Amino acid sequence: MGRKLLLKNDHIPGIQGYDVYRQHGGYASVEKALKSMTPEAVVEEVKKSGLRGRGGAGFPTGMKWSFLAKPAGVPRYLVCNADESEPGTFKDRYLMSRIPHLLIEGMITSSFALGANTSYIYVRGEYFYITRILEKAIAEAYANGWLGKNILGTGYSLDLYVQVGGGAYICGEETALLESLEGKRGNPRIKPPFPAVKGVWDCPTVVNNVETIAAVVPIVNDGGEAYASIGIGKSTGTKLISASGHINKPGVYEIEMGITVEEFIYSEEYCGGIRNGRELKAVVAGGSSVPILPKNLILKTAAGEPRLMSYESLADGGFVTGTMMGSGGFIAMDDTTSIVKNLYTFTRFYHHESCGQCSPCREGTGWMEKVLHKILDGHGTLKDVDLLWDIQKNIEGKTICPLGEAAAWPVAAAIRHFRSEFEEFVKNPTRIKDVKHYYRLNNLPEPVI
Amino acid sequence: MNTGQQHQDIKFNDDSLELVKKMISRYPEGKQKSALLPVLHLAQAEFDGWLSVPVMDYVASLLNIKPIEVYEVASFYTMFNLKPVGKCLIEVCRTSSCWLMGAEDIVRHIEKKLGIKDGETTKDGMFTLKTVECLGSCGTAPMLMCGAQFHENLTTEKVDTLLANLKTEGKRKTYLDDVTIDNY
Ligand SMILES: Cc1cc2nc3c(=O)[nH]c(=O)nc-3n(C[C@H](O)[C@H](O)[C@H](O)COP(=O)(O)O)c2cc1C
Ligand code: SF4
Ligand code: FES
Repeated sequence: MGRKLLLKNDHIPGIQGYDVYRQHGGYASVEKALKSMTPEAVVEEVKKSGLRGRGGAGFPTGMKWSFLAKPAGVPRYLVCNADESEPGTFKDRYLMSRIPHLLIEGMITSSFALGANTSYIYVRGEYFYITRILEKAIAEAYANGWLGKNILGTGYSLDLYVQVGGGAYICGEETALLESLEGKRGNPRIKPPFPAVKGVWDCPTVVNNVETIAAVVPIVNDGGEAYASIGIGKSTGTKLISASGHINKPGVYEIEMGITVEEFIYSEEYCGGIRNGRELKAVVAGGSSVPILPKNLILKTAAGEPRLMSYESLADGGFVTGTMMGSGGFIAMDDTTSIVKNLYTFTRFYHHESCGQCSPCREGTGWMEKVLHKILDGHGTLKDVDLLWDIQKNIEGKTICPLGEAAAWPVAAAIRHFRSEFEEFVKNPTRIKDVKHYYRLNNLPEPVI
Repeated sequence: MNTGQQHQDIKFNDDSLELVKKMISRYPEGKQKSALLPVLHLAQAEFDGWLSVPVMDYVASLLNIKPIEVYEVASFYTMFNLKPVGKCLIEVCRTSSCWLMGAEDIVRHIEKKLGIKDGETTKDGMFTLKTVECLGSCGTAPMLMCGAQFHENLTTEKVDTLLANLKTEGKRKTYLDDVTIDNY
């Protein structure tokens, strides 16, 4: 069994409530940090831990924290990104509903490290019920003296609030999230200035993912070095993986960085293999934005090495033969899956979620959706496949925020690795029939290609 | 912006006004606009599941901001309805993981059962069907959301039971409802 840091207690009955959470060592990191450490010392431990942001970009958290501007007399804020909307990702929801006090504890310890006296947790609107769970946990934390004025008699004060979104994937992008927190449309800001200098209400702000903040708890409890001793290379610690698709055991798994992808997919401890005795066809390893890889390339790198669940190994080969860890949304597809149709669901998603500020993203995502729709409707030509390639290429690098790229990469990867499947549909439109009525609930179809 | 139907006599009750005050107190002095999204959710839940122009104007007056600041936000976020919807808004996820697990069959089944297409409302005003993007429930696909409640690992039989129960109950579902948590 792999070591667990975040989900080690998640199956204890009553762990949602304060008393049980506290009995199992809860809030020890707050006690330790506030009573025996300086804020700088906490930042130092986080640096030593090698923790990287779990929201998707993988930026070193300690470094991000040390960039926070500290002008005198200006408040600083910590904002937790619980917007979780990247298709294939549901780990933050699991963590917040299962063990909400872990996030609250992490928020207090992290806010102390950053010198923030007011912090927010921004939760996606569709998780409205989770705001209730968090608010209950926060009320319990206030009642037991972990929040409010002069916490543990140390002179440190913190207020923590939950903010709810309105259903917009783009609000997961940190500057869009801050706009939304200010009660505006979620249009990403042009950077610089970065939030660390000018964030919410123009004050220095750190935005971190739910899982990142939760990881601060074991880091402070056991020390940064202990955390860094788990994992492999620059992928330290554990990672929550949301596993979905055609596997026997979908769910949220905490893995030690560095286990093989093969173990993750096929072992009973994790996904338990592919459903219905089918063959694996492809995997989207880190949420909808990362390149899809065919079976051979997800299990082994181009050099024939086993591929590992780590930032470096998943990215081995760049975009030609590799992919990315992203948010850890692991979607497995069996041999009945149409890659073209799956791509269509992604492209439709990005078109729907584009905020519309930049023309390459606003127009490009819609155009790609239309071309894919045309192909799936049986009217595609070989030229359309090249057109898709051109459109995605012209989005990349030309937009305000990375949503444009997030929309372009899946298209590029699907064509790169599964071009023959696009061509098959274009040349034999009747094959589309199999896809249209593909994957009936109780009636498994034959492999698509 | 909406269908001409409008609300009359718009005013929150005292409990809700108290809640609005509490929401505003979460932000620094003068930043009460930050309460806009939570207040819009509250307004939508109280005023029949949608935001008419008078409702949005009322919200603007509560937060002391211009009506346009409310319209531009309400029209940006997909959870705010600018037209009337049925008592039960059935939001079915159609993105990758749910599609892989048969979301299209679920949508088709609901369309047939209710005699409406995606985006339409039943004649009795009970149900509106809407396909939506990933709701963070991909491991328990296919899924749909009605009010605040997630319904997961759907089968056509489960959908039938759900629709029948909702109809018998006959109540409007809102995002602010209490939920039962089965999976998590
Ligand atoms: C389009 C888009 C959507 C994003 N969605 C999320 C999200 O839902 N949750 C999240 O934590 N980060 C998301 N991010 C990444 C954030 O911008 C930001 O990098 C992250 O919250 C930083 O926290 P971390 O360093 O702890 O990962 C998104 C980024 C983009 C460009
Ligand atoms: S890339 Fe797309 S989502 Fe991002 S700012 Fe531009 S239009 Fe908006
Ligand atoms: S894809 Fe349907 S909930 Fe994520």
